[in-house]
Amino acid sequence: MSEHQHETEHQHEPVPFSTFVKVWVGLLILTTITVIVSRIHLGALNVWVALGIASLKSSLVIFFFMHLRQEMRLFKIGLLVMLCILAIFIGFTFLDVLYR
Amino acid sequence: MSIEHRDDTGARFGMWLFLYTEVILFSGLFLLYAMALSKFPDQFSVGSHRLNIYFGTINTLVLLTSSLTIAMAVTAIQRGRIKLTLGLCAATVGMGIVFLINKYFEWSAEIEHGIYPGSHHLAEQGSGVAAFFNLYFFTLGLHGLHVLIGGTLITVVAVLTAKGKVTSERYTLLENSALYWHLVDLIWIFLFPLYYLII
Repeated sequence: MSEHQHETEHQHEPVPFSTFVKVWVGLLILTTITVIVSRIHLGALNVWVALGIASLKSSLVIFFFMHLRQEMRLFKIGLLVMLCILAIFIGFTFLDVLYR
Repeated sequence: MSIEHRDDTGARFGMWLFLYTEVILFSGLFLLYAMALSKFPDQFSVGSHRLNIYFGTINTLVLLTSSLTIAMAVTAIQRGRIKLTLGLCAATVGMGIVFLINKYFEWSAEIEHGIYPGSHHLAEQGSGVAAFFNLYFFTLGLHGLHVLIGGTLITVVAVLTAKGKVTSERYTLLENSALYWHLVDLIWIFLFPLYYLII
């Protein structure tokens, strides 16, 4: 009984291999798309498309490979706080540099 | 009966907090990159064109696949399949080594062509190109160091698994090393398009 409780408290259900393989295929497809799109000249948009696809890829890695999907809410709030801090310090630096 | 004090969730959360500080470290370099790019857009494109896109793409595929194998290793240990876990750890470390070998050939070729921080060749090309390559060598070098650390960590955990210290009941060490490895992959996901694919 206590052994069982222990398990449910601390350990996740194993994620099946097939889920990971699907995520991996998704990542490979997105990589191909990034490389192809980067060869098309879109001006300043190129960087934003590259960053957009990279963000999509990272969310796949974070939620599936890093098991964030299975973690309790605290972990997700932590990620959100970190992203807000990033947005603040990158955003404010840009405000300073661009409108100096 | 001895009471064991352990908090796997706490250990994982601690790892996540550490990974956030790693992200902050790299985002400082990302910020430098962004500032330099907005200052020298044309020279950054010149610099990016001199990088070998094949090395970059192959290393991306290698790292993504190694992330898959270490994620599968966590599932394998949860199911108590020790041999499979060890095999998947070995595959991950192997791909990390392939990544670093590629990097060695890539950097050797660049250094041979006079591309390295502080070289005369770069100084002649203008400060934008020099800035691009300084950032390139520093950021990707720091990332390579992380690959080395992650690989060492996974090797140590694999040895502990073989010795029966990491089991299907107690595998937080493997989980946390896997988290670190995924972070290395995550950073590369951003570095690859920013350095290799800028037109």
